Amino acid sequence: MLQTIRERKGLQVLGLMFPGGVWLIVFFALPLALIFAISFMSRDDLSRPALPLTLANYQQTFDLLYINLFLFSVGLSLLTTLITLLIAFPVALFMARLPKRWRNLMTLLVMIPFWTNFLVRTYALQFLMRANGPINTLLLGLGLIDEPVQLLSTPFAVLVGLVYGELPFMILPLYTSLEKFDWSMIEAAQDLGANALNTLLRVMLPLTAPGILAGSILVFVPSVGSYITVELMGGGKINMIGRVIAQQFGQSSNWPFGSAISLLLMVVVTIAALIYFRIGRGERGAI
Amino acid sequence: MSNETSTIVVMGEREEIFPQEPAERQRVRPGRLALVTITLLTFAFLYVPIAILVVFSFNDARTGAVWQGFTLDWYARLFRNERLLDAALRSLIIATVSTAGSVVIGTMTALAMERFRFRSKTFWDGLLYMPVIVPEIVAGVSLLLFFATAGIERGFFTLVVSHIAFSMPFVYLTVRARLADFDLSIEEAAKDLGADEWVTFRRITLPLLMPGIVSGALLAFTLSVDDFIISFFVTGKGWDTLPIYIWSALKRGVTPEVNAVSAMLLLFSATLVVGSLILQRRRSY
Amino acid sequence: MLFTLSDVEVSALAPDLIRNDFAVELRDVVKLYGTMAAVDHVSMSIRHNEFFSLLGPSGCGKTTCLRMIAGFERPTSGQILIDSKIMGLTPPFQRNVNTVFQSYALFPHMTVEQNVAFGLEMKGISRAEIVRRVGEALSLVRLPHLAKRYPKQMSGGQQQRVALARALVNRPKVLLLDEPLGALDLKLRKEMQIELKTLQRDVGITFIYVTHDQEEALTMSDRIAVMSHGKALQIGSPLEIYERPACKFVADFIGETNFLEGRVIAINGEFATLSVATGHTFTGRRVNGLQVGEIATLSVRPEKMQLVEHPVDGAANTYEVTVFSIAYVGSDTRVIINLGDQRLDVWEQNSTSTLNPDDYFFKPGEKAWLTFKPENALVLAQ
Repeated sequence: MLQTIRERKGLQVLGLMFPGGVWLIVFFALPLALIFAISFMSRDDLSRPALPLTLANYQQTFDLLYINLFLFSVGLSLLTTLITLLIAFPVALFMARLPKRWRNLMTLLVMIPFWTNFLVRTYALQFLMRANGPINTLLLGLGLIDEPVQLLSTPFAVLVGLVYGELPFMILPLYTSLEKFDWSMIEAAQDLGANALNTLLRVMLPLTAPGILAGSILVFVPSVGSYITVELMGGGKINMIGRVIAQQFGQSSNWPFGSAISLLLMVVVTIAALIYFRIGRGERGAI
Repeated sequence: MSNETSTIVVMGEREEIFPQEPAERQRVRPGRLALVTITLLTFAFLYVPIAILVVFSFNDARTGAVWQGFTLDWYARLFRNERLLDAALRSLIIATVSTAGSVVIGTMTALAMERFRFRSKTFWDGLLYMPVIVPEIVAGVSLLLFFATAGIERGFFTLVVSHIAFSMPFVYLTVRARLADFDLSIEEAAKDLGADEWVTFRRITLPLLMPGIVSGALLAFTLSVDDFIISFFVTGKGWDTLPIYIWSALKRGVTPEVNAVSAMLLLFSATLVVGSLILQRRRSY
Repeated sequence: MLFTLSDVEVSALAPDLIRNDFAVELRDVVKLYGTMAAVDHVSMSIRHNEFFSLLGPSGCGKTTCLRMIAGFERPTSGQILIDSKIMGLTPPFQRNVNTVFQSYALFPHMTVEQNVAFGLEMKGISRAEIVRRVGEALSLVRLPHLAKRYPKQMSGGQQQRVALARALVNRPKVLLLDEPLGALDLKLRKEMQIELKTLQRDVGITFIYVTHDQEEALTMSDRIAVMSHGKALQIGSPLEIYERPACKFVADFIGETNFLEGRVIAINGEFATLSVATGHTFTGRRVNGLQVGEIATLSVRPEKMQLVEHPVDGAANTYEVTVFSIAYVGSDTRVIINLGDQRLDVWEQNSTSTLNPDDYFFKPGEKAWLTFKPENALVLAQ
C-alpha cells in the first residue's frame, strides 16, 4: 500500500515539474548545448553553420585583438563590481539602520531601477551626457567651458554606464544581509575592545559576506556580457564581449565564431559563479 | 588589550530608530554624516538622469537641451504614431500571454520544489538559477540559434516561449518564498475538517499563495514588457516590440518623442513594480 | 411482561454491554523516521468519553501518536482503530476525529464564522443548519460577538477558542488536542484548563490531549499515558501515576522526588529494604517484583517526608541530618538537607501564619531528624 502512495507522489511531482522542466531544458539548456556544438562548426556558402567540425573558431579567438577584448571586458566588469560595492555598502548600511517606515520607502526607491527598463535607464544617462545634452548645455551656459566636452564614447563613459545600470543590483542584496544583521554584535565587539576598523573587518564583513558575494555576482555577470551599455555609452568606439557576440550574430553573420565567443563568455561567467558558490555556498533569496 | 574596563552589556530589544546614543558615542556622528551624504548622492545619481529625461520629454524643442517651454506635443505625437502604437500593443499581448504561462508554470514548479523531495531536485535547483547566471546576450543568441536550427519561424511564438523561459524562474522564486513561509498545519487543519487534497488546495493553499502569485505575475509582466536583448534576437518580421522600437529610434537619432515614450515606459513598469512590492510586503491577512 | 431499560441503566448494570469497545486503540504502533523510532511499539486503548493525556518531554513521540490518529502520519507498523474500525490508509478528511492544533492553524483569510463553518461545509450540510450549529459552537466557547472578526484581530486565548469551536462543531467521535494551551500565559492557561475539562464533560466527546506540562495533565485527565523515547511507560489515572509510578522516569518526570540508590537487603511482603551508598537503610513499597541482592532506587517525594526535632524511638527511615539551605516559597518551606553526602529535598507545609522567621523550621547548619513512613516511599527497579 505504501508503494501506491509513493507512486502517486511520484506522479504528482512529475506532473508539477513537467512544464517547468521542459521549458528549462528546451529553452535554456538545449540552446546552450547548441552554442557549444556550433562553436565547433564551419560555415557554408550562405554563411550558415555547417560541417566539417573545426577548431578554427577558437584559434581565431587567440588573436591579440580578442585576448585584449576579453581582458578589457573582464577588467572593466571587475572595476564596475568594485566601484558599485564601494558605493553600495555605505548606502545599504545607512538604509539598514533607518526606522522601518523609511527603510521600506528606500527599498522601494532601489527596487524601481532594479526592475524597470534597463535600456531606457541607460538611454537617460546617455541623453544626459550627450555633446548637446543637459550637462554640456549647463556647463556652456555657466561659461565654465567654451565648447562641448566629449563625455560619451570613452571607456570611462561605459564604466559610468555600467555602474549606473548595475548599482541597484549591488545595493539590494547588501541591504538584505545588513538588514538581518544583529547590531548588538557591533556593541559586543566594541565592548570586547575592538576599534571601528576591527569591528568592520572581523565582525561586519564576515557576517555580510553572503550579501557582498551575491551582489558581486549580480553585477559582474551582466557587466561582462553587457551589450546595451557598451552600445549606447561607447558610441561604437568601445568594444566588449557582448557587443562582439551581437555583431557576429548580426551584420557579420558568423554564427560559429559568435558561438565560440559566447562559450568563452560562459566560461568566464561559470568561473565567477564557481567562486561565488565556493566561498559563499550561495545564499538563496539574495536576489 | 587596550580596553581595560570591559563592561558587561546586556543586549536588549533595540529601538528601531537610531538609538539615543549615549554621550560617549556622539563622536560617531561624522561617520553618519558621511553615510547620509553618500546615500543622498547615490540616489541622486540613480534618479537625476531619469528625472531629466522626463523633464525634457515636455520640452518644446526639436533638438538640444535648452529649455524652450512646456509642451505635451511629443506625447500627442506618440498616440498618432501607428508604428509605435503597434509595437506597444505587441508588447502588451506578448507580456500578457507570457505572464500567464510563467505564472502557471512557475507556480507548479514552486509547489513541486517546495513540497516534495525527489532525487533530481538539486539539478533543477541549479537549472532554475540559470537566468541569473547566463548573460542575456548569450541567452538571446542561443535561442536564436535554437529556433533557426529547429526551423521555427521567428515571431509571436518564439517571443512568448523565450519570455516565459526567462520570467518563469522569477515567478517561481516569489511563489516559493511564500510557500516556504506557509504554516503547513493550516492545510492539515483543512484536511482534518474534511477537505480532500483538491478542496484544500483550492480553498486554502491557493488563496493564501495569491499575493505571491500576483506579485510574481507583475514582475513577469514587467520583465516581458521591458526586455530588449532576448526579444531583439528572437523576434521576427512584423513582431518588433516596444523596446526594439525604442532601440531602432535611438539608432536613427534621438527625438523628444523617444524621451516621451521612454518616460511612459518607465512610469508603467515602476507602477507594476510598486504594486508587486506592496503585495509581497503584505502579510497574509 | 415487557420493560425497557434506558441506556444509562443498562450501562450501570452491565457497562460492557454497551461500551465494550474503545474510542481509539493503538495496537503495537511503530513509527520510524529513517532508522529512528519516534514511536516504539506503543499500545493503548482510550475509552469513550475519556479525557486522555499523552504526557512526556518534547521528542517523546506524543505528537507523532496524535498525528497518526488524525491521519497526518502513517504508522510504519501496527494498527490504529477509531471507533473499532481499522484506519489503515484512511485519509484525515475521512476520519471522524478533529484536531485542535498547537498553532491553532486558523485559516487567516476567513472570518471566525467561516472558519467554524468550514468542516460543516465539507460535509455538505445545509446552509441553515450550518448557521445554527456555528452559532451554537461559538456560544459554547463564548465568542458569538466576534463571529465576523479575522483571526489576526483576536487575542491568543480567543484564537484558541475559535480553534476549539471549529473542531467541536463537527461533533467528532474524538477530539485531538496538540498542546492547545502552550502559547497562552500561565493565568489564562489555568482558566482554560478548567474550561476545557468542563467543556469535555458537557459535550461528552473523547479528548486526547498532548502536553508536556505534568500539572496540566494531572489537573484535567481521567487517564494519562506517560511517554519517553517513543515508548508508553505507564498508563493510569493521575493518582496512580503520581503515587505509584512504575519506573524511575515516571517518578522523576511527574512531580518532584528524591532518589536514593542502593542494594535490596530484605524483602518483607509489600516492602523492600535498601542499603544505600551513605550507609543508611531505607524501607519502601516494593514494585516490579524486586529480589534481594538487586540494585534498586528508593523514590520518596519531598512532601512525604518530615523534619522533626525529636525522633520517635524505633521508627523506620529515621536519621539525623544537617540542614543545608531553606527557601520560603509561600505555601511551603523547601528545605535541602544533607544525609551524609546525599542531598535531599524536604517540603514542609506552612500551616500556620507568622512573620517570625524562627517559626519556620531549622536554620542552615542545624541538626534535625528526617523521618518518613515506608508506605510513602517506593523501591523501584533500575
